[in-house]
Amino acid sequence: MADYAWPPAEKRKLIGKRISRVDGPQKVSGRAKYTYDVKRPGMLYGKIVRCPHAHARVKAIDTSAAERLPGVQAIERMTEPGKEIFWAGDEVVALAAVDENTAEDAARAVQIEYEVLPHFVSDAEPPPNIPEGGPLEEREIRDMILTMQVPAGQVVSRIEREGVSFAPDQRRLDQLKQAGIPDPVLEALRRAKVSPPGTTASPYKRVAAQTQGEPDKAFAESEVVSEGIYGASVITHCCLETHGAMSEWTDPENVLVHVSTQNLSGIPGQMAEPLGIPAANIRARQDHIGGGFGSKFGIDSWGIVTAKLSKKAGGKPVKIMLERAADQQVAGARPSAYARVKVGAKKDGTLLAWESRGWGTGGIGGGGAPPLPYVVNVPNQRKQHTAIANNIGSARAWRAPNHPQAALITMSALEDLSARLSMDPMDFFLKNIELTGPRAKIYAEEIQKAAELMDWKKKWHPRGDPTPGPVKRGLGMSIHTWGGRGHASEKG
Amino acid sequence: MSDDEKPDDGSKPTSGKVSRRDFLKIGGIAATVPLVGERLVSAAGAKVPVFGPGKVPVSLTVNGRVYRAEIEPRVTLLDALRDSFELTGAKRVCDRGTCGACTVLVDGKPVYSCSMLAIAAQRRKITTVEGLGGTNNLHPVQRAFWDNDAQQCGFCTPGFVVATAALLERHPSPTPEEIDKGLCGNLCRCGTYVGVRAAALQAAGTRKAPSKRGAVEGGGRRDG
Repeated sequence: MADYAWPPAEKRKLIGKRISRVDGPQKVSGRAKYTYDVKRPGMLYGKIVRCPHAHARVKAIDTSAAERLPGVQAIERMTEPGKEIFWAGDEVVALAAVDENTAEDAARAVQIEYEVLPHFVSDAEPPPNIPEGGPLEEREIRDMILTMQVPAGQVVSRIEREGVSFAPDQRRLDQLKQAGIPDPVLEALRRAKVSPPGTTASPYKRVAAQTQGEPDKAFAESEVVSEGIYGASVITHCCLETHGAMSEWTDPENVLVHVSTQNLSGIPGQMAEPLGIPAANIRARQDHIGGGFGSKFGIDSWGIVTAKLSKKAGGKPVKIMLERAADQQVAGARPSAYARVKVGAKKDGTLLAWESRGWGTGGIGGGGAPPLPYVVNVPNQRKQHTAIANNIGSARAWRAPNHPQAALITMSALEDLSARLSMDPMDFFLKNIELTGPRAKIYAEEIQKAAELMDWKKKWHPRGDPTPGPVKRGLGMSIHTWGGRGHASEKG
Repeated sequence: MSDDEKPDDGSKPTSGKVSRRDFLKIGGIAATVPLVGERLVSAAGAKVPVFGPGKVPVSLTVNGRVYRAEIEPRVTLLDALRDSFELTGAKRVCDRGTCGACTVLVDGKPVYSCSMLAIAAQRRKITTVEGLGGTNNLHPVQRAFWDNDAQQCGFCTPGFVVATAALLERHPSPTPEEIDKGLCGNLCRCGTYVGVRAAALQAAGTRKAPSKRGAVEGGGRRDG
């Protein structure tokens, strides 16, 4: 690493200086115009009719009553009779009307008949002995890379291990490349074993099973062993500005779209194919975003449909901002992740063995496996993970996908182990810091610096706070990394 | 409150405020009695105004200016402000009286505008975040939010600004506990609460004397 000496604090131009946000005055005065706030002349309000069932087949769609309502200007089906729906809130019909009340009335007037199918929405611990998972579908691969931002290396190893259920011919590979699937994944697809999709109806799929070193021997040699179940439930992004967009055809060849997104430059490319016009004919605009948190990378089906409704309404602007309830159902969730973990060490704190059986759900696609054990590469380990296909809205990226869950599980297990060892967890982490790999020295320096700044040694106490009253205090620690795209921190 | 809205059951008129009972009466009747425009109907021993169900002329006094529009009685004050008058400072976030992003002042009191009908806000003095100050003449509370970075995505910020202004009217020198309590009806998803507390303290200290940019005292990070 290059040596660099910071200038003295009083000479620094930015660090340590109070800098006020450039868009602060607009935001504090309510003048900042978010996508939700944009109104254009002649703008129509769009609404989406959603399936109330977690799993169903659409039998019939009747929009005739809605069509007859004065003020309704466009109706677009988002699915067709015969199609299966996999989570509550999925879109069936979209419509646009002169004002929001009329659009709501029209949405209520749409008649949809469903065949309700059995659904599954539990992420409790799966039964033991789940068989090895079937081949990956194209949708799962797209979801992992484009939506959940699973690192390419992880996707490649799943493809190698599980094979795929579709023929990756050149046309399909070109489409995937265009969609943004990276080359190593395409290369893995070219070599992948192709087998027909799984025929079992089980929601459980074992997606990762791996052994390193000699875990049984290492546990036998361990003087202290700690066991526990750790994890985090599915949580939703809950951006205060819900997802949504407004599209208008400024002429028969060109679209202007206002959209709430973290990926403004990617929006024209995403809309081009479904609208059948070149990306260069689509102008995407956004002045401010009311939160994204990883859930706003795509134009989404509701964004596309604003443009389709606009076309039917002679190019008039059509705006759809999701209602809060819909946003919670369909616009993003972080997968759950739980694990039964056993860890073993010598009395002096030397970490020897790790065993974990994990599970979690990221919606109907199952979701990815958190990288366990996280950061600390325990020499002897046995681990497996079971993905659960739940009838809930799909997972989306959320701050280093799968990493916070992995950190929670690993670091909680290691905290519990240090408590059993009667060790200060900081001493325990420093004792085993070489297991963090090439960045061990940096982690050690960071931990020591943080301990100094927060006065760790003075504040930390063993578990159990004798202070009277219901408020108890304690300190814990955790270390993190990110192996995703964007910088070169991926392991070896 | 004008005479034609006064309850005739002998109860004391509650000036400047729509009671929960009135609100329910208005909502319940408007949904079931097919009338056009406003008229008085006896219900539960009181005379209450009834509107609709179609569009009715509505006039609102917002930030000292009178706004008029034809809107349906079911439209909330929030949606009327945003869709009919293009006052989009108040945000629609939960649309169910939970998050405070739609907070406006009605006769000086902070109100969730998503939970009040526009027709019920007539003849009242409504102040939105736009009415507190503009980008070139920020209200001391707005200034304090800017100075203390009490915002990230900013979508909750207008609601917080209005709620803080109302809090400081009631408690010109609030304690940190009074700030927490006074602003507990507003939610921030980005987690800017530390900045919001510091902003409230700064605004309280500088309501008479203009603040010095960057001079923030007492904004202790109590939970940072």
